[in-house]
Formats: sequence, C-alpha cells, structure tokens
Amino acid sequence: MDTLTSASPSAAVVRRLTALLPPGRVLAGPAQLAAYESDGLTAFQATPLAVVVPETADDVIAVVRFCHAEKLPFVARGSGTSLSGGSTPIAGGIVITLNRLNRILRLDPAERVAVVEPGVINLAVTAAAQPYGLHYAPDPSSQSICTIGGNVAFNAGGAHCLKYGMTSNHVLGVKAVLATGEVVEFGGPSREQTGPDWTGLFVGNEGLFGIALEVTLQLLPRAEMFHTVLAGYRTLEQAGDAVAAVVASGLLPGAIEIMDALALQAASAAVHADYPPGCEAVLIVELEGPREVVAADRVRLDAILAASKPVEVRPARDAAERLAIWKGRKSAFSAVGRLSPDFIVQDGVVPRRRLGEALRKISAWSKEMNVRCANVFHAGDGNLHPLILYDGREAGALERAEALAGRILRLCIEMGGSITGEHGVGMEKREYLPEMFSPDEIDCLKRLRAAFDPLGIANPGKMFPVAGAPALAQHGLHPLEQAGVISRE
Amino acid sequence: MTELVDAVRSARRVVAVGAGTKPRLAQVPAEFRRISTAKLSGIVDYEPSEFTFTALAGTPLREIAAEVAQRGQYLPFDPVLTDAGATLGGTVAAGLSGPGRFRFGGLRDFILGVRFVDGSGRLLRLGGRVVKNAAGFDVPKFFVGAAGRFGVMAELTFKVFPRPAGLRTLRLDAQDGAAQVRMLQEAANTRWEIDALEAALEESAIWIRLGGAPVALDALTAEIAARWPARTLGEAEAATFWSELAGFRWAHADGTLAKVAMAPAQVGAFRAAVRAVPGARGWVSNGGNTGYVSLPAGAALPALTWPAVTLRGTGPLWSGPTRRFDVMRAVKAALDPENRFPNLDD
Ligand SMILES: Cc1cc2nc3c(=O)[nH]c(=O)nc-3n(C[C@H](O)[C@H](O)[C@H](O)COP(=O)(O)OP(=O)(O)OC[C@H]3O[C@@H](n4cnc5c(N)ncnc54)[C@H](O)[C@@H]3O)c2cc1C
Repeated sequence: MDTLTSASPSAAVVRRLTALLPPGRVLAGPAQLAAYESDGLTAFQATPLAVVVPETADDVIAVVRFCHAEKLPFVARGSGTSLSGGSTPIAGGIVITLNRLNRILRLDPAERVAVVEPGVINLAVTAAAQPYGLHYAPDPSSQSICTIGGNVAFNAGGAHCLKYGMTSNHVLGVKAVLATGEVVEFGGPSREQTGPDWTGLFVGNEGLFGIALEVTLQLLPRAEMFHTVLAGYRTLEQAGDAVAAVVASGLLPGAIEIMDALALQAASAAVHADYPPGCEAVLIVELEGPREVVAADRVRLDAILAASKPVEVRPARDAAERLAIWKGRKSAFSAVGRLSPDFIVQDGVVPRRRLGEALRKISAWSKEMNVRCANVFHAGDGNLHPLILYDGREAGALERAEALAGRILRLCIEMGGSITGEHGVGMEKREYLPEMFSPDEIDCLKRLRAAFDPLGIANPGKMFPVAGAPALAQHGLHPLEQAGVISRE
Repeated sequence: MTELVDAVRSARRVVAVGAGTKPRLAQVPAEFRRISTAKLSGIVDYEPSEFTFTALAGTPLREIAAEVAQRGQYLPFDPVLTDAGATLGGTVAAGLSGPGRFRFGGLRDFILGVRFVDGSGRLLRLGGRVVKNAAGFDVPKFFVGAAGRFGVMAELTFKVFPRPAGLRTLRLDAQDGAAQVRMLQEAANTRWEIDALEAALEESAIWIRLGGAPVALDALTAEIAARWPARTLGEAEAATFWSELAGFRWAHADGTLAKVAMAPAQVGAFRAAVRAVPGARGWVSNGGNTGYVSLPAGAALPALTWPAVTLRGTGPLWSGPTRRFDVMRAVKAALDPENRFPNLDD
C-alpha cells in the first residue's frame, strides 16, 4: 500500500471520499485506523485506507456507491466482535462502521415488530421491548455489545436456538444497499411472505452482498416462567446421554448446555460459581413457558434427570439462582480464556447423537497432541465450542493448536455436521469451506455472491478460500472481554 | 437423481410439478417440459434424536407426517393440503405453512438443506443436515416460495419438533371486525404461548389452539374463557375443524385461491377488499399475518395492497406490490444462466 502522501492516488481517494460527507466522518490518521485493524479474531490484522463513520443511511449509500465507482473494497463493521475475522478490514480498503446508525425506528407492541438501524445493539432491542412484555429472542453471549447488523450478516445464534432458532428466524425484512449501489427492500412487517425468500437469502451473507440499513425484527412475548436445572455428572458421556434422554422424552427445553471439567474449573475461579464436586461435566437444562406448562414439564424433566445417574441435580429455586447458573455458563468461555495467554475457538456442529463420540475424540486428541481444550457448548443443537488453549510464545504451540482445530473441523464434516453453527466462516474457516461443499456448490455460492456484488468489493477475502492465504488463529481475549464487558459462548 | 439431472439437461425449458395441489405454480406455456417428482418419493433419513429428516422432494407430506408422528414428532410449520396429496417439494415451492406456524415459525424456519438441480444441470447440495449451520449462503431458505424458478428440488432436509402432549381448541366470538382485530393482537401478546390463532372473515370469530401438557391446558383454557366469551371444541370437532382448514374446505373447490402476506392491523382492510368482490370468500391465518382469498371459478384476483401468490385458478402467480430489483434478475441468471426455468414474472 502506498503511503498517504498528499500526491498519492490513495490520498486523492480519501480526499474525494471526505468531500462526499459532512466534516469529521472520514478517519484516515494512523492512530485512528489502528482501532479498526482487527475484530474478535485478533490474529488477523490489516490497515484500511480509511474508516468512514456515517450517521445516516444516505451517507452509507453514498459511500457504497463511491466504492463501487472507484472499485474500492469495503467492509461493514458493527461492533467488531466477529470470532471468525468477518469484520477484519481489507488492506487499502474502506471500513464503514455502523455504530452511529443506532436508532430504533419503530417499535409496534401491538404488531410485535421492531424496525431498527443496523448499529442498534442486540440487547437494546429487548430493552426497548421489555416494557410491553416482549423480547427479541436471539441471544448471543455478546448481546450486550454486538449489533443487529452484525447478527444479520452472521445469522447469529445463542443459547436458546433449540426452541427459537437463529437470527434469520426473527428477521422479517431488510432494507440494504447492495455492493452495486442498488438499494433494495426485501420482506416486510408481515410474518408471512410471498415469492422467493430474499430476506432469508440476505441473512447470513457475511457482509458479502452489501450493507443492511434497516432491519425488521419480530418480537415475542417474554416467557412467563423459567425452570432452570443444573446437573453434575461423573463423565461427559453421562451428560451427553442425559441430553439424549431429555430430547427423546418429547420435551422441548429452551436451552440445553454442557460445560466440561476445565470450563467448570475456570468458571469457579472467575465468578465463584459453585458446582457439584467431582464432576467431569455439568448439564444445564432450561424449560420456559406459561407457569402451568412449565410445572407439568418439570415433573417429567426431574424424572429423566433423576434416572440419568447424576452426581447431583440442582434446580434454581428463584430468579437469583437462575441468573447464577447462567452467569457461570456465560462467563465460562472468557474464564477459560484467562487460563491461557492464547486460544482458538471453534463452533462446529455434529449430530446430537454423536456428541459423546465427538467429545471423546477431542479429549483423546487433546491429550495425544498435548494441547489443552475446554468444552462449553450448546448440547441441544450439537453445536460444539471447543476452546483450544496455547501459548503463542512457545515454539510450535500455535501450530499444534491449529492442527487440533483442523482435526475437530474435519470431524464435524465427517460426522455430517457443519464447520460453523453460528460464528460464520469469515477468514478463519474459509479454507474448510471446500471440505463441506463440492467445487460446483462453491461455484454456485460464488455466482450468487457475484449477482449481488459483481466487482467483488464487499468484504472480499471472506467465506471463500483464497489461494496462498496464511492460516491464522485467535489470540487471547477480545479487548472487551478483557475489560469484562462481554463474555463468549 | 441422475434421471432428474438428465431430464433437466435435455429440455430447453423445464418446470417441476408435484401432486398438482397448487396448480398455478406450474401453469406455464406449453414449451416447458413438465418434470414430475412423483417417482422421487421416500424418506431418505430420519433421526428422531436429531429432530431432522431428509426426504426426496416428491414425498407426500402425509407420509412424512405419519412417519414422524410414530416417534411423537411433528412438522411445526403445520403443512396444508396434506390430505390432498401435497408433496414436500411442492409445499416448499409454494412457501405454504399452516396455522401452527404461529408458534414456532413457518416452513422457512424449519428447512435446513436442499439438494437441487440448477439451471446448468448440476446437482448441488446447499445448507446442512444438522439443526444448526451457518456455512455458505442460506440457499435452502431462498427456495421457499420460489416456485421452481431457480432449480428443481430433489431432496430436502427439515427440522421437526416433539409434538405437544395435548391440544385444545377454543372458538371465541368477537362483537365486530374491530374487536376481532383487537383480540387477535391481544391474544398474541399473552403468556399463553398460543399454538395457532385464526380468524374468519365472514363472521367475527377467532380460533385459538393451545399445545402442551393436558393439565396445563385446562388452566389456560379457563383463563382465556374468563377473558372472552369462548367455547372449547370437542376433540373430534376440533380435529375436523383443523383438517378442513388445512384442506381449504371453506374455499371454492374449482375457483381461484391466493395467499396474501399482511399485518394483523390490516385484517379490517383485508376484509373490506375481499367483500368488495362479488362471491369472494376469505380466511385469516397466522395471527392476522396471512390472508387467503378464494374466488368463484373464472374470477381473477382484484388489485390488492398486499403481496399475493395465486395457488390455483387464474391470474398472475405473484401480484400486489411485489417489488422488483435489478439484483433479482442477476440472481436468477446466476442460478439459471440459460433461463431453463420459468421467469420471475411468469
Ligand atoms: C465474547 C463473545 C461472545 C460471542 N458469543 C456469540 C454467540 O453466542 N453466538 C453467536 O452467534 N456469536 C457470538 N459471538 C460472535 C459475534 O458477537 C457475532 O458474530 C455478532 O453477530 C457480531 O456482531 P458485530 O456487531 O460485532 O459485527 P462485526 O464483528 O462488526 O461484523 C460481523 C460481520 O458482519 C458484517 N456486518 C456488520 N454490520 C453489517 C451490516 N449493517 N450490513 C452487512 N454486514 C454487516 C461485517 O462485515 C462482518 O462480516 C461472540 C463474540 C464474542 C467476542
């Protein structure tokens, strides 16, 4: 990249871009750019040419049209919490940060719909809906900081996907500026639609189609009652069997989560969570719904858990105990991260019935390769979250950690699962996409991408494999986790 | 599968047809070769423990519903026209969900993967076979409601749920249309976790279906009846009611039937629009988000303010304020470069 001497072509681009917008919206100083060099996957770093801070949808449209005219790559950015390098800048490209587009444009409690700008924080939607007894269901653990735009781009999940689905199941419509500069509106306020599901195609595009400007979300009534149980088991396999038994029983819990020994140890240390001693695994099951339904279902759940050979079963007796269970669960990831200078987090999916087998293999590999690995995951969805610990200063440690990560991803594919359940492919897993899809299938995905973005300027280098790209891995905690603002699942 | 690929490749223009329960979808000029999915039938894989099944596109829904019911599961999007023989593929192409979509979402929320032949005659599998997958663009969802405009579906993977232990149906009578809309909105915002919420257009009645443990349903039913005048339907009566609804028995048998996407607050306007057409009938589903219009044979759909899809009878397939953007043509060309399948405006 050429340096920004005032005569360089890049400097001229920045000048033209600056002229396009009200003063102060374009940042190009080295110190200003440094803050945007990476996302939650801090191993990837690149210096953009400039960072644009639009305040209105029209600003965003103008910038995207400018990029299109100049064939300049751009990356949309919400809060930069992507764990797969999705919002890492393109060297020499533009970063368009959407945090100032943070208005809730409409919230209609009678229709249970909210229309929001992309920079609105996930939890802010629920906060705004709360006075009406409503909430926005998708709850990634980063929900206090990540944006709806980022959620839409990645089809973010959370702890309650089993019953409620992912982001895509709650997005009714999207207004977006595509990489071509065209402004489109897909879907609408209705929970029904006619014709091809353009909204569904847009959600999960990983920023490769364009930039979402307005998102219509469905809101749901908040569950009246929760029944949250924590059960400790001697072995991970027993916990896995208990999941199978719960699922086979015909109950539909809101969440089913598992934490393994290393995760328990870390959570105990970090938030003083108290777990049954001598357990290699803890299972969390949460029922929710009208109080009468929960009361009836909990009788069945209690019986199933009692028969599952637990060391101990602890139902939350009140809201405070429920919160404590979730606090331990949600802090586990960051807590494990604190045990080690560096780590890689994966989010592959395996068929639920093969969870035990997958965990056994991961544990055997971890011993064999001498790499520590903690597991905290959405057991109800078969969505693993192995956290692979290493010390980047130790020669060969990163390579060993990456080798384990690679084996886990391949295991997920072999078992008929997926390389990612909710964090997206991004840069991190792009080399694995061809192991999940055939060349023809990748070609089809690329053609779709080209239909939305013929110049390939929207978030290039993500999702699809890049010849000769270096393999990189996650180092350490996200700065916001370090500060204790967020925790990860 | 190879037969399907060959069939697609060997014809200049192609449209897939299932059981023909939504004939307007495949009502295209004679130059099109009609590929029947009748032989592409059968459940390929069903894993009750995974809440997933994979079936060939021509599999009758009836067969799938029966199979998963044996394991205490069901299709939460609550497919319609099942008794009439509707196939899984045809239902995806039509994007049709039944009353039960109110609770957990529609067909689009339960489709996980699709195997299809694209316009270049390539057999592709996109999406996944597990309940959660974020790899690649969500092409399976995109096929929902697409009426075969982008490819011929060969095989589909879906998520299923455990069936609630019990069901209860209540009929509520509203004073007038305005009260009916209010009740629709209010019932949707309660603690009851309603399973289905339907409304008639000819009378101001509302039907609520609850699902869950029977003891719990007794209490919820009593609470609803205390709030609004309500009558609980007997088991057999309720079963008949829902199955007739799923079969569109209220509609003209040989007329035009269209689905409309609207918002609950617009139910009044929808009623007025339907009443303005002589002989027309209507139904409101999905808590007021879905409307159906039925017209006597030969009558075409009036101009509506909502996007609509005609399932059978005459008139354009898609009508109302359906927006067209340049990217739609580009996407069509990406999946179907030789324009083998019907156009978006056919
Ligand atoms: C501690 C921690 C916990 C997490 N827990 C979860 C979890 O439980 N579940 C989960 O799914 N994820 C989780 N994540 C990952 C991450 O938070 C999500 O992927 C989130 O959706 C990203 O939102 P963001 O606003 O930070 O987006 P960014 O990281 O800024 O961007 C993510 C992607 O979205 C694109 N993008 C952003 N805004 C727009 C827009 N308006 N239009 C188009 N594209 C856009 C970007 O280009 C990029 O590709 C976690 C991350 C951390 C750090």
